[in-house]
Amino acid sequence: MTIMQPTNPQDSRSSIIVYFKNPLLVAFILIVLLLIAGETLSPGFASMEQILRLLIVAALLGIVAAGQNLVILGGREGIDLSVGGVVSLSAVLAGNVMDGNNANIIAAILVCLAAGGLVGLINGVGVTIFGIPPLVMTLGMLGVLQGLLVVIRQGIPSGLAAPALANFVSKPFLLNLPGILWLWIAVGLLMAFLLMRTSLGYKIYAIGSNENAAYMAGVPVKRVRVMLFALSSMFAALAGICILGYAGTSFANVGDSYMLSSIIAVVLGGTPLSGGKGGYTGTMAGAFLLILMQSILTTLSIGESGRQVVFGITLLFLLLFYGRSKALRG
Amino acid sequence: MTEAHALKTRMATLFRRFPFLPALGMLLLLFVLNGIAEPNSMTVRALKGVASTYLALVFLSVGQTFVVYTGDIDLSVGAILSLVNVSIVVIMSQLGGEPYVVLLALLVGILIGALCGLVNGFVVSGLRMQAIVATFATSILLSGIALWVLPVAGLPAPSLFWKVYGGRSYGIPNVFFFAVVLIAILAVLAKTSMVTKLLAVGNGQLSAYQSGLSVTRIRIYGYVICGVFAALAAFCITGDTASGDPLVGGAMTLSSVAAVVLGGTALSGGIGSAFGSAIGAIIIGLISSLVFYAGIPSEWQNLAQGATILVVLMLGVLASRRINQ
Repeated sequence: MTIMQPTNPQDSRSSIIVYFKNPLLVAFILIVLLLIAGETLSPGFASMEQILRLLIVAALLGIVAAGQNLVILGGREGIDLSVGGVVSLSAVLAGNVMDGNNANIIAAILVCLAAGGLVGLINGVGVTIFGIPPLVMTLGMLGVLQGLLVVIRQGIPSGLAAPALANFVSKPFLLNLPGILWLWIAVGLLMAFLLMRTSLGYKIYAIGSNENAAYMAGVPVKRVRVMLFALSSMFAALAGICILGYAGTSFANVGDSYMLSSIIAVVLGGTPLSGGKGGYTGTMAGAFLLILMQSILTTLSIGESGRQVVFGITLLFLLLFYGRSKALRG
Repeated sequence: MTEAHALKTRMATLFRRFPFLPALGMLLLLFVLNGIAEPNSMTVRALKGVASTYLALVFLSVGQTFVVYTGDIDLSVGAILSLVNVSIVVIMSQLGGEPYVVLLALLVGILIGALCGLVNGFVVSGLRMQAIVATFATSILLSGIALWVLPVAGLPAPSLFWKVYGGRSYGIPNVFFFAVVLIAILAVLAKTSMVTKLLAVGNGQLSAYQSGLSVTRIRIYGYVICGVFAALAAFCITGDTASGDPLVGGAMTLSSVAAVVLGGTALSGGIGSAFGSAIGAIIIGLISSLVFYAGIPSEWQNLAQGATILVVLMLGVLASRRINQ
């Protein structure tokens, strides 16, 4: 990831500042510190099975954040507010299609990815062909998806996860790790390969850092951007299926909390909202950091209000390290 | 040919001066459609219902506009609204519902709103954080404080409060007077140089800075104005629901952003009108009442509403871009 971040000549004056400006390193240091703090506050917090449990929750967020990451990298105020709606829609669709039966898993995955792809395609077309700002387009799409959920849930009892899916998410699958973690690792490798080793990856960074220059250089800007939105919704759909497996049954608006936390995970991972730089490794760390913070707060007996206050202040403090814009003077 | 061109230029100038004109057209169309679907929806009584429900969103969207003018965004407006709502209800229930207590509560409410705006302005403009994530973080913080002030919904507001909000003076519902007050506030603000400065910052921070504007301070002012309007919106919600609810504003944040865009204000900053945002908020209200009156089956109503808002948002953005070209 470091090669994508041009070093600021000013930074070379002090090597400590350079290290502190590497978001991936900051995130890892914070993760270790938080684990130590958690273990001190409540012994057993940093035990292996507890960390595994946190990683499962982080994987669900991390997969949503992968798509969010792509859209944000593509620049031009790229952001996807509809991911939460897609997660909910996908969890409901998957539950209804598989209906607790292992034989229907493949069909459910296909339906969900197709539905997600379609939503992303519409988002992408709205943003590129019609030129609607991503925030407005995906905000409107979120409203449509919330309405669609009401229609789909009407009269149909909410579906059940197939046993194999539930086991995949929470039971050890390979080398004592649950399947969802292998899936997350696969998503991580896929993203690293996509961003670092394919021409699509270079095109994404190109349109993210300077769209006009990329266009002049022959990058099909609109097609790439449509693809980013489609991928974002498909990752959200994939996460929705896993969340169904995690919860066992789909309940209303299960995806709501993923909208803004996926954006926060991306930012904490060192991808600024202005796009064009950053990568997914940081986002994975950001997702785990976010889940870890929330988990430590639940071990404190300070009540829901205190938890939210501490969480908000901590987030603000963390954001001090990430992607602050330059001062106008100087 | 030249005449047509001249007309086009004049139209463009007109739209640039009043960016809310497309929204105004849409508003009139929605009034007509509502009237056709259900003639009774155009009675003073029915309109009063729409107004008392959506006046809070109107104030909230107007507030959001002052932040969007500079190209920023405030995702904490809903949380500010909730915090002010529970704070004033708790103050009034602790000290009794006498008129001077109600006035004191309103004053404290406005101070809380301004203070929240100051915090937002400090983190976004002073500390130069990214507005979307920073105001989301402050919204978590403020919701936490709201939950601390009033852990569960349902504490009633004194009767004086909702009787004034829901009552009539000289036969005219009071909510319409509040709407007039809003228009007066906007007219006064339009006379000051503040709106021009905010728009200048939105047009280009560097050029605004180089022409001698204190960009950091102006962006903070935008957030403070927004916080004060969120407090006013909280007064409307308190009058409408007659109770305190620490989660009441949560769902309204994104609606306020939608209303701002519907009103012809560009999210990139530099162009727009607060009056348009007020129209945008009423458009959202009229769409939901139209969906209701049009006889759409209840389970399809949310979808119809969401799809209509998406289409209207897209049309609005297309129209304003056409004009600005």
